[in-house]
Amino acid sequence: MGEVILTMKGIDKSFPGVHALDHVDLEVRKGEVHALMGENGAGKSTLMKVLTGIYSKDSGTITYEGREIEFTNPREAQDAGIVIVHQELNMMGHLTVAQNIFIGREPMKGALIDDAKMNEEAKRLFEMLSIDIDPTEKMSRLTVGKQQMCEIAKAISHDAKVIVFDEPSAALTEAEIEELFKIIRDLRAKDMGIVYISHRMDEIKVITDRVTVMRDGGYVGTLITAECTKDDIINMMVGRVIYEDPKTESTVKPGAPVVLKVEHLNAGKMVQDVSFELHKGEILGFSGLMGAGRTETARALFGADPKEGGDIYVNGEKVEIRTPMDAVKHGIGYLSEDRKRFGIVTAKTVAENTTMACLEDYMKGIFIDSRRENEVAQKYVEDLKTKTPGVDQLVVNLSGGNQQKVVIAKWLARNCDILIFDEPTRGIDVGAKSEIYHLMNELVAEGKSIIMISSEMTEILRMSDRIVVMCEGKKTGEIDIAEATQENIMHAATLRK
Amino acid sequence: MANNEKKGNAFTENPIVRAIGTQKIVVVAVLIVLFGFFCIASPAFRQYSTILSIMDYSYYTTLMAIGVTFCLITGGVDLSIGTGIICYGLLGGFLINHKGMPVAVGLLVTLLAALVVGTVNGALVAILELPPFIATLCTMMICRGLGSIATGGLSQNWPPAGSEAGWFRSIFKLDLGTTKIPLGFVWVLLLVILMSVVLNKTKVGRYIIAIGSNKEATRLSGVNVIKYQMSAYIISGFFAGLAAIAYAATFQAIAPGTGAGLELDAIGGAIIGGTSMNGGSGSVAGTLLGVFIMSMLKTGLPFIGLQANWQQIITGLVLIAAVYIDVLKNKKME
Repeated sequence: MGEVILTMKGIDKSFPGVHALDHVDLEVRKGEVHALMGENGAGKSTLMKVLTGIYSKDSGTITYEGREIEFTNPREAQDAGIVIVHQELNMMGHLTVAQNIFIGREPMKGALIDDAKMNEEAKRLFEMLSIDIDPTEKMSRLTVGKQQMCEIAKAISHDAKVIVFDEPSAALTEAEIEELFKIIRDLRAKDMGIVYISHRMDEIKVITDRVTVMRDGGYVGTLITAECTKDDIINMMVGRVIYEDPKTESTVKPGAPVVLKVEHLNAGKMVQDVSFELHKGEILGFSGLMGAGRTETARALFGADPKEGGDIYVNGEKVEIRTPMDAVKHGIGYLSEDRKRFGIVTAKTVAENTTMACLEDYMKGIFIDSRRENEVAQKYVEDLKTKTPGVDQLVVNLSGGNQQKVVIAKWLARNCDILIFDEPTRGIDVGAKSEIYHLMNELVAEGKSIIMISSEMTEILRMSDRIVVMCEGKKTGEIDIAEATQENIMHAATLRK
Repeated sequence: MANNEKKGNAFTENPIVRAIGTQKIVVVAVLIVLFGFFCIASPAFRQYSTILSIMDYSYYTTLMAIGVTFCLITGGVDLSIGTGIICYGLLGGFLINHKGMPVAVGLLVTLLAALVVGTVNGALVAILELPPFIATLCTMMICRGLGSIATGGLSQNWPPAGSEAGWFRSIFKLDLGTTKIPLGFVWVLLLVILMSVVLNKTKVGRYIIAIGSNKEATRLSGVNVIKYQMSAYIISGFFAGLAAIAYAATFQAIAPGTGAGLELDAIGGAIIGGTSMNGGSGSVAGTLLGVFIMSMLKTGLPFIGLQANWQQIITGLVLIAAVYIDVLKNKKME
């Protein structure tokens, strides 16, 4: 490790209602790979956005190459030599590799772009990094791994001195990760400062020199990777926070029948051989870090994405679920994590949304029977205590929590006995959260069964009877609530199989 | 997400085929087959005068299509060009007929009006971020009204061929007494080459493709996306102006309130020629070929006894095929 090239000190940033960064420190030296770790929502990405000028900081200082700096946009940061290689790649698929790398600063020959020179320079760049990519190939024809190599090459060509990798390995195969590490080691040898954001504990040990841990927007500490264990890092990530009233034991009646059984479910890289059972009256929590494949599992189960294999049994009977229509027919309802996109039609009324999934039950000939539609909507507004002036109110005018209740009403009206809640309280304020929790407990008490996907440890520990933990598309743990601790959940969530 | 290199079949992977583009080769083949078919089916079709007439009617559509190709590549569209060319032609004609201006001034005003509308379209789309479909639909309506108001609802006859002021008509069709030479085709061809270079070899073209491919990524690369998105609409406007001149040179009279639907021929031609409605890809040469297919159908079908209504149906079917090819291409890209 060489001298310090970048220091972020006391970085503070608030958004309305959220203290996103609370006096965070980060120091990067030349020729080091510095891991930045933390749970989902710990503030890693926000910190990097402050660094590159996407967000402006409220207080704190950033010192880069001995000077205090404050960038106002990523372009400025890039020009100064600080580049982010994003997880979601910023590329123009229709342009060639070289055109992508040199976009915005094409070599010119008079009024015309000098493509020959551009290809030549790109080729030299790849040779330097010992990457085998044809610069004249269309970007969209490369694999994700190769596309990422191009992003790295682009960063290098900007004379980058600090490169931030934001979960670079998430979409890569083993072989591609090997290649990536080789390049990263190369860059380290060239005295660049590298920030490496990842959830993969094993990678951290392999590739990084130091690790800085963040938790809930705050700075926890910095360790030398070689001198700490995986458990040290996990402990720093979860901290010693006391979570509010966790469930101490399962409330499922002993001997409750299995209502849903999933065996060897496979759907691409994100769902590999996932098996689990759901009992009547149970809340089965799905925990894991970002990109663990929980939502993908739910979508494959629900028929929203194609399956490659696996058997699904509902109430002991083997069922074929190819489309969401099939799933709904078997009494499975899915409450999407992205309510606005997949859950509700915001420009329609509460009543219209309530009957959306079962409209055929509310028809009088070819017409919709509005009277009965309003009746059933009214019933669920009362049952779920949805705060709305009336069932004819547009859903867009309701708060997040009440919108979520309308989605629940939709599936209850459809007589769904198995409900998949994907991040049920995302974007919902604290008061409404406990109402949703209360409602979920009531639902299971009535004999419904719930799969709850959640990235919030508090939520998992408070609601679940049993917890399935996933990591990188595989089930890495199944823990009864009586034995569950943040540590053993986080351990399973970072377990690479 | 595929983890292996995507491979097409032997034909699409052939370097020559890849350089020219599969769709263009298909379009040329279709064009030749169509031409051959009409020539065999109808003796009248294979006459020089028919070829001349195919060309005559293709100039203004081709010019519009060249311009709108740039809008399509950004992922947008320009619907204002059809009624636009009528409006610009009316303005120019009015100045010549009723204000006694020289023809040169009329031509200049026609072009200027088109540039103004193109710039307005660009501003609406790039600066105010209106959806291109709506923005240009609105300017299309404005153009239609404006053309009628400016001329008091009167048709405008540009000076006829043969008269002294009718010199501009020979820009497109040189009358040598015995034979007529489709000079316009030369200009169109030159413009196609010029605009191909602009699209593939200059910053304007490169960034227009980049915006259509991934606007946010282009913006983050430090490219002034507002400027370049706007320039696509200005190019479209400029070519609509040239198309208006070609239209005035081809037809005897320009009537207010007409022109709606002409833009669809141009857009249809571009799409048949391989320009994607989703933006990011397209070529000017392809557009030329696409428009030729449209013109060939328009001129050729009557020769085998199929009238206007049938032309519409067949053109519609051809477009469905072309767009479907585009959909398949995009699926493959994912």
